[in-house]
Amino acid sequence: MNVSNMIYFNNVTKIYNSHLVALDNVTFSVEPKEFVSLVGQSGAGKSTVIRLLLAEEKPTSGEVFFESLNVHQLSRTQIPHVRRRIGTVFQDFRLLPTKTVFENVAFALEASGREDAEIAADVPHVLELVGLGDKMDYFPRELSGGQQQRVAIARALVNRPEVVVADEPTGNLDPGNTWEIIRLLQKINELGTTVILATHDKEIIDTIGKRVLTMENGRITRDDKHGRYVL
Amino acid sequence: MLATNLRRVFKNALLSFSRNAWVSVATVSVMVLALFVVGSLMFFQVLLSSTLADIESKVDVSVYFKIDATEQEIVSVRDLLLGLPEVKNVEYVSREAALEAFKKNHEGNALITSALEELGENPLNATLKVRAKDPGKYESIAKFIEDGSFLSIDKVNYRQNKAIFDKLTMILSVSRRVGAGVVTVLSVIAFLVAFNTIRLAIYTARDEIAVMRVVGASNWFVRGPFLVEGALYGVLATIVTILIFWPLTLWLGPKTKDFFGNVDVFQYYTSHIFSIFFTLLFIGIVLGVLSSFVATRRYLKL
Repeated sequence: MNVSNMIYFNNVTKIYNSHLVALDNVTFSVEPKEFVSLVGQSGAGKSTVIRLLLAEEKPTSGEVFFESLNVHQLSRTQIPHVRRRIGTVFQDFRLLPTKTVFENVAFALEASGREDAEIAADVPHVLELVGLGDKMDYFPRELSGGQQQRVAIARALVNRPEVVVADEPTGNLDPGNTWEIIRLLQKINELGTTVILATHDKEIIDTIGKRVLTMENGRITRDDKHGRYVL
Repeated sequence: MLATNLRRVFKNALLSFSRNAWVSVATVSVMVLALFVVGSLMFFQVLLSSTLADIESKVDVSVYFKIDATEQEIVSVRDLLLGLPEVKNVEYVSREAALEAFKKNHEGNALITSALEELGENPLNATLKVRAKDPGKYESIAKFIEDGSFLSIDKVNYRQNKAIFDKLTMILSVSRRVGAGVVTVLSVIAFLVAFNTIRLAIYTARDEIAVMRVVGASNWFVRGPFLVEGALYGVLATIVTILIFWPLTLWLGPKTKDFFGNVDVFQYYTSHIFSIFFTLLFIGIVLGVLSSFVATRRYLKL
């Protein structure tokens, strides 16, 4: 393992219910400030990679490192600290339905134990960044899908994470909103944050033109520096 | 840091309580039902035990002395009986007092009054009325008196009433056991219903719990608001239950007084309101917090 690796999967295998092989001996690393697209059909193992990185599940064998921390050897109280350094965006937005836009974003900061003054200053700022400065008091159900996903991105960014992980973030969006989200992710990456984007959208991959990891049946079959979608 | 977290936990609990108003109202209602059952059982216990004690206190064994027994002899027997561990108290009714009571009982009856006058002297025996601490002990008390073969004693009315004694003793003990069984079973049912309602409420929030965790909230930061909400359910349910009992016992009070002898549930309610309130409050809070704790646990594993 290289010291400069931000994320390092070392021979990771994940088997569900003792026979469903989701990941089969996967090894790869991600460097700081990279934009990596994780490509593959549904069931190829993209989401499992993300769940293992977030320590939502334990690997059957192998190790997952984040900034030289073995994620699965952390104690239950240490795991939240790692998660605060990783911003996450999901296909189904995963906002808290009974909290307003402001409170959804603020929750990530509250959970990190930030001061009220800091929260009051940072949340509007990051919501401006995603273009929702005027929707702070809305509830998620009052927003469109694209707007909800931008709230989720704001929440992922507000802790100033070192890496943002997006799992099919455009899967539930129309083309217009899709490109807005992708541009937002590209902007985040240009500002110095590592981005891992899991998707099966060919057009997106071909447009981004950055590193592509291709997955098939739980294995990484290609790793292209300036990849295209090849399946 | 801890103070800030605690404040946020309470704030999030209140927000969740008010914004999920419908779930909160439903949960508090079920909790009210549970506490109402527990409270009713508390009243039931009081009525039952006071009724049984009332019946028990009416039971005694009378020791009849011969007409010529001296007061000294009677007093010495009384002191002996008082020395027995089974005996609760002994009441001495002298011949004169017995006659007074007899006359009073038959005041309007000319035949008996004239018969007594005809007789000229007091025909009644002096008696000792013996009360046992436990109705099952009359047998041994009676045996003690009989075995003592006191010359001054005419008879003990235990043998002739033995069948009634035994039956009464049995009824009393069965009533107590059935009462305790009913209280236990109904309490358990009430607790289970409340517990499952809270579990269901938290089940609906399981996705939110997953989101909170993935955003980096510690387990206690996620769980805290649910525990506070559980306690809040308990507090509100207690207040509502106490308020329901006010008019209810007021209405039932006179009826229970007629039926159960000297117990007025309203009087009991007002004189014990603090102990009832704090008992229900304790049960409500423990039930709410514990249910929330158990219910969140399964969503907080790794």
